[in-house]
Amino acid sequence: MESGFASSSKGFMENVDQPHVLAVDDSDIDRKLIEKLLKNFSCKVTTAENGPMALEFLGLGDHQNHSNISKVNLVITDYCMPGMTGYELLKKIKESSVMKEVPVVIMSSENIPNRINKCLEEGAQMFMLKPIKQSDIKQLRCHLMNCRS
Amino acid sequence: MEVGQMQRQWVDYTKSLFLEGLLDGQFLQLQQLQDESNPDFVVEVVSLFFDDSEKLLNDITRALEQPSVDFKKIGAHVHQFKGSSSSVGAQRVKNGCIAFRNFCEEQNIDGCVRCLQQLKQEYYLVKNKLKTLFAMEQQIVAAGGSIPMLEISF
Repeated sequence: MESGFASSSKGFMENVDQPHVLAVDDSDIDRKLIEKLLKNFSCKVTTAENGPMALEFLGLGDHQNHSNISKVNLVITDYCMPGMTGYELLKKIKESSVMKEVPVVIMSSENIPNRINKCLEEGAQMFMLKPIKQSDIKQLRCHLMNCRS
Repeated sequence: MEVGQMQRQWVDYTKSLFLEGLLDGQFLQLQQLQDESNPDFVVEVVSLFFDDSEKLLNDITRALEQPSVDFKKIGAHVHQFKGSSSSVGAQRVKNGCIAFRNFCEEQNIDGCVRCLQQLKQEYYLVKNKLKTLFAMEQQIVAAGGSIPMLEISF
């Protein structure tokens, strides 16, 4: 099933038993939730509370340390965050030569078509509406592993 | 009281919270996420919610008392509160936040003050109910029982 997925992300999470996900959200409640949701689907999870810390973890921060690039299979980030928004984080990841292939998923509590399109156009793999449910994560794993249904 | 009776009381009480609109399907999601590896998951998440909420309510109260009201800041607090209440399934609190946000956008002080009152009522109501629910759970577990799985569909 090739429809709708950028070929660069084809099979990105295939053959990865325990995908490593970086979850970014300024809300401690939402971080706890997304962590549990992802762990229940066999993901290894690292959380970050803002964009700059996420970039730091990815090796794209101010102290760019390419010898320490973490092997993250997916970034899932909230859109509305103080300072750097999820959209800005998405852009930085897609602009980086090293991390641009990593799929980025945007979460938001607001269903704003302009916002969704903007993120998809910038290369977001998927947009998910909060509050995130188990069925959303199931769909996410399927989507990223090109499930044949 | 024997365990079976306690469990039935717990089920009835939980159902009433859904029927009264205090909780919505997202709370069920939290319960479904709880498992042997995280037996206190719901209590932990809800405790975070209580701490965050009380801080937000204080911040909003103080912001509304300022001589020059910063509606943008209040709006940001309300947005945060809407997010957290939505994430735990506190439906009436979430709806209260939506109404509050509209008054912020209109820069309507009286509307905001009334909304804040309403929001505090809804918050403390759901807080009390959830604490009662958790106390029931502790009693069931102490008596050697387990928390039932709810069969509610939305």
